[in-house]
Amino acid sequence: MDNYRTPLSRARGLGSAKHGVGHWISERISAVALVPLTLWAVFGALQLGAGDYDFAVAWISQIHNAVLMVLTIAIGFWHMHAGLRVVVEDYVHTALGKAALLILNLFVCGLAGALAIFSILKVALGGA
Amino acid sequence: MVELALPKNSRIQKGRHWPAPAGSGKTKTFKVYRYDPEGTQNPRWDTYEVDVAACGPMVLDVLIHIKNTMDPTLAFRRSCREGVCGSCAMNIGGRNTLACTHGWEEVPGRECAISPLPHMPVVKDLVPDLTLFYAQYASVEPWLHTETPEPQKEWIQSPQDREKLDGLYECILCACCTTSCPSYWWNGEKYLGPAALLHAYRWLIDSRDEATGERLDDLEDPFKLYRCHTIMNCAQVCPKGLNPAKAIAEVKKMLVDRVV
Repeated sequence: MDNYRTPLSRARGLGSAKHGVGHWISERISAVALVPLTLWAVFGALQLGAGDYDFAVAWISQIHNAVLMVLTIAIGFWHMHAGLRVVVEDYVHTALGKAALLILNLFVCGLAGALAIFSILKVALGGA
Repeated sequence: MVELALPKNSRIQKGRHWPAPAGSGKTKTFKVYRYDPEGTQNPRWDTYEVDVAACGPMVLDVLIHIKNTMDPTLAFRRSCREGVCGSCAMNIGGRNTLACTHGWEEVPGRECAISPLPHMPVVKDLVPDLTLFYAQYASVEPWLHTETPEPQKEWIQSPQDREKLDGLYECILCACCTTSCPSYWWNGEKYLGPAALLHAYRWLIDSRDEATGERLDDLEDPFKLYRCHTIMNCAQVCPKGLNPAKAIAEVKKMLVDRVV
């Protein structure tokens, strides 16, 4: 019951977290970076689709392809994590459910991104 | 979680039908939300067939006509009847606006639905409880903050700096924008909402104010400010033609200017 709290106390709540601008900037910069990277990734996928397995390994082993691929994956998962975090904050209001989903979001995006980057590096550095 | 369906005691039922009085000229049907939180009944839609030929041109004229000649129990707020006070803000034909400046002929179709501003507690019928909305406005401290000793006359401002307040100072705090914002529906306790943020920007941009940094400190918060996702409902419904979304974007730009 918060019936006896004054309206101003409710409006002020816990006060300002004094952060948020960093998250806002990183969302936008990662979005801008993903525009050329995604176009490049589509172009790359079309090339890979036309070739065989050895062509794909050779393609990924080229330094610029490997670097751009790692960047696409890293920034893509970073952006996905930032976006999903906002979705959870918007729509989930139970304290436990929110905390659990925010942690799950971090772990899933982190793990998936790490696996993808390791896989690229493994092929690029000649392990596959 | 987000409420996808209304709780059982909020579901709106079919209410009473008030036929047009005998000898009416042109009629239009108005479907009006009725609710008394002190009673035990669910909210209901009452329908009134109104002799619009006997009314003025605005929806507020129709509501006053209903109250005077058909059903004196209908509750709604009104005062200036010319779009200055903001008292008669409500949802008309699915859109938040002022009943006193919205013509009933502007609402398409034979039936016009009228309900209180969305997602606010209802005091009675078309009267929403705006206590938190006003407190959120107060929380941005909408007055001049200065430390410099007061000048003997007034704090002066150039005409160019005064122009920066145009499109901001005209806000009448009717709450059409804030209650049309989905982000405010889901996080109204923590998100300040478009009206309060527009006023926050009005003081941030005021050349005479000396607390810009502190004001920005208080706004930089994932919920108070950054729940705005530029949905733009606020700008679409503002009966004064203002653009709170742009004001919020300017606040976000000021916060970026501070760090880069």
